Amino acid sequence: MNPPRAINPLHVAGIAALACLIALPFVTPAYFLHIVIQILLWGFIYTAWSIMGRFGFVSLGHGAFMGVGAYVPALLWNYEGVTPWLGIPAGVALSVLLAVVIGYPCFRFRVIGHYFALVTLALSEVVLRTITAARDITGGSLGMTQKLAGHSWYALQFPDKRYFYGIALVVWLGGLLVWRWVDRGIEREALEAISEDEEAAASLGIDVMREKLRVTVVSAALTSVGGSLFGQYLAYLNPETVSGIAVSLQIVFAAIAGGMYALLGPTVGAFLTIALNEGLRVWFGTNFIGAANTIYGILLILFIIFMPRGIMGVIENLRMPRRAPAPAPAE
Amino acid sequence: MLSVSGLTKRFGGFLAVNQVSFEVREGEILGLIGPNGSGKSTTFNLIAGALRPTAGSIRFKGGEIGGLSAHRICRNGIARTFQIPRPFRKLSLIENVTLAAYFGNGSSDRVEARRHAEEALALVGLPADPHTMTDGLGAAALKKLELARALATRPTLLLADESLGGLDASEMERAADLLESIRTRMRITIIWVEHIMGVLMRVVDRVIVLDHGEKIFEGLPRDAAHDPRVTEVYLGQRRT
Repeated sequence: MNPPRAINPLHVAGIAALACLIALPFVTPAYFLHIVIQILLWGFIYTAWSIMGRFGFVSLGHGAFMGVGAYVPALLWNYEGVTPWLGIPAGVALSVLLAVVIGYPCFRFRVIGHYFALVTLALSEVVLRTITAARDITGGSLGMTQKLAGHSWYALQFPDKRYFYGIALVVWLGGLLVWRWVDRGIEREALEAISEDEEAAASLGIDVMREKLRVTVVSAALTSVGGSLFGQYLAYLNPETVSGIAVSLQIVFAAIAGGMYALLGPTVGAFLTIALNEGLRVWFGTNFIGAANTIYGILLILFIIFMPRGIMGVIENLRMPRRAPAPAPAE
Repeated sequence: MLSVSGLTKRFGGFLAVNQVSFEVREGEILGLIGPNGSGKSTTFNLIAGALRPTAGSIRFKGGEIGGLSAHRICRNGIARTFQIPRPFRKLSLIENVTLAAYFGNGSSDRVEARRHAEEALALVGLPADPHTMTDGLGAAALKKLELARALATRPTLLLADESLGGLDASEMERAADLLESIRTRMRITIIWVEHIMGVLMRVVDRVIVLDHGEKIFEGLPRDAAHDPRVTEVYLGQRRT
């Protein structure tokens, strides 16, 4: 008879945390639930970014995918009455197209590192400017409000926050599953190899272009879904809050601060950024509008210098033994 | 097996490889030698797909491979090592080699790729322990890792780039013996670029000498030593 399997305390903690998250909307006030929904949605978006960011493909263009994801279903709903169930996939399709249009030439001509970051940064700004310029349909910098439909699964609108909480929770868990799927697959090792040395990776039969494009498309598609749900939740879109450089930088900051190499790192980053935003808003009111971005910048520098693996990276380092270097007799 | 014809590579105004042609026979070890800047590494990179030829043809097992990307050439059965080892430092030894076995061999079975990787590591004499990283490996072990990765792709043609560089005399002999046993046991054809003539000449069947991007000699190793153009390239022009 086989001995009983030891219970993994991490699994127990995970199940307990999940039970708490499921019970949360029934015991918590609406404001707190609003904060948790935002943490889950932003945590999902940051996780989506880290799926490619952790391999050194630092995109400053994810604000573009988020903006497209937010605006496409909203516009289709407002002007054509198309349900977000179709509008969200349409946004994903457009985001994926953008990712391929930008990614293919970058990867083909080995635009990497800072240059890749700059190209994607430009994409972010182009989408922001396009949304702002198309003011007749998007409302420009004043933003747009979605046509309200009351409680409706068809319109994906719910005055009761608990519905959106459930959706955000499922989507966030889905994001974690995708992150884990990439992390457990041999593609993770291939992407690590590519991030270190593309030529050596290609010499082993790794299709560098395909692997990079694939992870970019997955990341862009998930970010687009996150943008869509964020737009659906707020029912009000403003180009500055869902697209552009500021949003892209916020995504990068949060993922790095939380720890982009750890499953829950980006979610910790979401907690940090939202706590910071809410703290500034509650303590200083409207006196320090824009202060969050300044603080993000300062914290980003500090994290990159002193804690490059982020908060979760430090925790994991304390918990996990280091892998051994090769023994000398291997010669 | 491999037929190179009129191979030319130009970098702007610099002609790195000029109309080089040669054949590689199945099962042989062909030495590719020449002084620094003679075009050996460029020729290697052209065959391996790291560079695209300006002109000329590279045919492998009857099909044109000139200009194909490196990963496709690898999957066609040509593996390479690098002059300066390029291990993936974030990955363990076994992960380094498993990647090659998985992608280079077009495998879709990770377990099988792992088994091939373990075989390749055992062949070169490196541990397959999943926790052993590449940090701390010396020159000889890094060269072995390069070789293990290349072999894990299960090639029919191996491009070995300066496999003896940075090794001491006994390690050089062992590395040369290893290449010879790979040819014999695994029936892999080898093109070997090398600077260190003594060991190379002992092992190779034929030798090609390049100078300033052009082929100046092709034949048996013993004949190369007596060829006036080869001695001039290596020893300088004889004063009369």
